[in-house]
Amino acid sequence: MAPGTARAGGRRRARLQATAMAIVRFLVVVALTYLGLLAVTFFIGRVIPVDPVLAIVGDRAPTHVVERVREELGLNLPLYQQFLIYIGKALSGDFGTSVLTSNPVMADIRRVFPATLELATLGTLIGTVLGVPLGVLAAVRRGSFLDQIVRVIGLVGYSVPIFWLGLMALLVFYARLGWVEGPGRIDVVYEYTVTPVTGILLIDTAMQGEWEAFRNVFGHLILPASLLGYFSMAYISRMTRSFMLTELGQEYVVAARAKGLSEGKIIWRHALRNALVPLVTVIALSYATLLEGSVLTETVFSWPGLGLYITDSLQNADMNAVLGGTIVVGSVFIGLNLLSDLLYRVLDPRTRAR
Amino acid sequence: MKNDAQTWREWLTSERPASRRQARLGRAYAAWSRFVDNRLAMAGLFIILALLLVAIFADVIAPYSAVTDGDLRTARLLPPSAEHWFGTDDQGRDIFARLVHGSRITLFVVVLVAVIAAPVGLLIGTVSGYAGGWIDAVLMRITDIFLAFPRLVLALAFVAALGPGIVNAVIAIAITSWPPYARIARAETLTLRHADYINAVRLMGASPARIIARHITPLCVSSVIIRVTLDMAGIILTAAGLGFLGLGAQPPSPEWGAMIASGRRFVLDQWWVAAAPGVAIFIVSLGFNLLGDGLRDALDPKAAGQ
Repeated sequence: MAPGTARAGGRRRARLQATAMAIVRFLVVVALTYLGLLAVTFFIGRVIPVDPVLAIVGDRAPTHVVERVREELGLNLPLYQQFLIYIGKALSGDFGTSVLTSNPVMADIRRVFPATLELATLGTLIGTVLGVPLGVLAAVRRGSFLDQIVRVIGLVGYSVPIFWLGLMALLVFYARLGWVEGPGRIDVVYEYTVTPVTGILLIDTAMQGEWEAFRNVFGHLILPASLLGYFSMAYISRMTRSFMLTELGQEYVVAARAKGLSEGKIIWRHALRNALVPLVTVIALSYATLLEGSVLTETVFSWPGLGLYITDSLQNADMNAVLGGTIVVGSVFIGLNLLSDLLYRVLDPRTRAR
Repeated sequence: MKNDAQTWREWLTSERPASRRQARLGRAYAAWSRFVDNRLAMAGLFIILALLLVAIFADVIAPYSAVTDGDLRTARLLPPSAEHWFGTDDQGRDIFARLVHGSRITLFVVVLVAVIAAPVGLLIGTVSGYAGGWIDAVLMRITDIFLAFPRLVLALAFVAALGPGIVNAVIAIAITSWPPYARIARAETLTLRHADYINAVRLMGASPARIIARHITPLCVSSVIIRVTLDMAGIILTAAGLGFLGLGAQPPSPEWGAMIASGRRFVLDQWWVAAAPGVAIFIVSLGFNLLGDGLRDALDPKAAGQ
C-alpha cells in the first residue's frame, strides 16, 4: 500500500471517530435533558398540595382505605425509589391512570395527540409558506413599505394574546360573517361517517372519499390553523429577514453581481440557499412552540387535542394526566430542539467535525 | 471643571473626557440621544410610563369600584356609554374601572418576575462563565435543560402543583424564564474573564466572589436588562394565559386574562366584555416590545438594524 493511501485511511478513521464521538455526546445530551424533564415533573407531582390518594378515594374515606391505596400506588416508599420506579414507568410510556377518564393516560394521549399534530402542522405550513418569502422581500427592500409591514406583523405577533385573538376571530369570522365553522373539530353529523385511521381527520376523510365531511373538517380547521400560522409567520418572517440581511452583505453576493447574475437568481438561488441553514432550525423551533401554544388555542376553539386534555385535567386536579401530557409535550419539544440542532450540523458543512 | 464658554452639550459629547464621571455621562447622553431619535421607542416608553401612572393613581382615575358588584338588575352587561366607557360585565361592574385596577396586577407580575429571574440568571451565568471547568459544565447543562422545556406547559404544571393564584403564577413564570439571562451573562463573562483589568484585580488579591460581584456583573447588567425588557411582553402574555385558564389571579380580582375568560361566555352578544382587556394586554405588551427594541438599538448599536 502506498504511504499516501495509508494516510488517507488514517484520516478517514479519525474523521469517523470524531463523528462517533459527536453522536455519543449528542445522545448523552438527549438522555440528560430527558432525565431533567422527568426530575422536574416528578418534583411537581410530589410537592402538589392535593394528595393524589385523597383525589382518588375522596376525603371521607376511612384511614385504612387511604393507607391501602397509598401502598398500592407506592407512595409509602422512600423518594429515590419512587423516582426510579417513576423513570422506569415513564420510559415505557406508563403514566398511570387518568382519574377523570379512568383510562391509562397514554391511551388518552394517543387518542388526542393527532388533533394537536394536525393543527400545529398546518399552522407551521402556513407560517413557513407566507413567512419565508415575506422575510426575503423585506430584507431585499429594506426600509420599504413592505419591510414596515413585516415589522408590524412581527410586533403584533409578539404582543397580542393568542387566546384573545382567537376569540375575536371566532366572533368575526364564525359568528358575524359565517365564513368558517365554529369551535370543535367536526360537526356531530359527520362524526361517525369517518373511521379514524391516522386520527388526522383531513387525511382520513380524504382517503375514505367523504368529501362533504372533508369540507366540514377543513372549515373547522382553517381558523385555528391560520391563527397559529400567523404567530408562526411573525416569527419566521422576522428571522428570515435577519438571516437574509446577513447573507446579502457577504462577499459572494458581490462576486455574483460582478459576474452579472440576475438579481433574482442571486437572492433566491444563492443568498436564500445559505440562509436556509439557520432557517430550518427556526422552523423546527416554531413548530415546537406551536405544539405548546396550542394549549391556549385549543381551549378557545374547544379543539379536542393534547392542550385541551391538559387544561381539562388541570381543572380537575388529575395530576397523572397533567404530568403525562407535560412529559409528552416536553419530549416532543426537546426532540424538535435537538433535531434542529442536529439538522444545523448536517446542513452547515462548517460545523462538521474535521 | 466646566468652562463657561462650553455648553452642556459640548461637555457631554467631548472626545476627551477629563474625568470618569464626564465619560460616563457622555456615554449615557449618546445612548439617550440615540433612544430619543427612535420614535417607536419613545412611543413604547410613553406607554410604559402611562401604565405606571395609571397603576399609581388607579383609585383616582377609576370612576367605580373594581370588585364590588353593580346592580344586577340594571347594570349588567351594558354596552359602552358615556357613563361606562367600556361597558359593564356580567356582575354589573364597570369594565374601565377594572382595567385601571388590573394595571396594578400586570405591573406586579412583570416587576416580581424580573426581580426574581434576572438576578438568578445573572448569578448562574457569571459564576458559570468565570469558574469554567466542571462548574460551568454542570450549570450550563441545567440551563440547557430548562431552555429546552416548553415554558407555558411547564408553568401550567407548576401552578397545578402549587395551586392557582397570582403569586404562584409569578413563581412558575420566574422558574421558567431565568435560563436566557444565564446564557447571556455567561457569554458576556467569557469575553471579560481574561481581560487585562480582571487579571490586574486578581493580582491585587481580589477573591473570585469580589471579582464577579464588583467587576463582572456590572458589565453584564445592561445586556440582561435589554433582554428582560424584551421578555416583559412574553411574561405578560404568559401571565394573562394562566389567568385565562383560571390558574392565575382568582375572581373577583381584575386580572386582564381572567377578565377575558369571564367575557368569553358573552362574546357573541356582548363582545366588549372580552375585547377591552385584550386590547389592554396588547397595548402594554407592545409598549414593552417597542421599549426593548429601542433600548437594544440605543445601548448596543452593533445589533441595530438586524
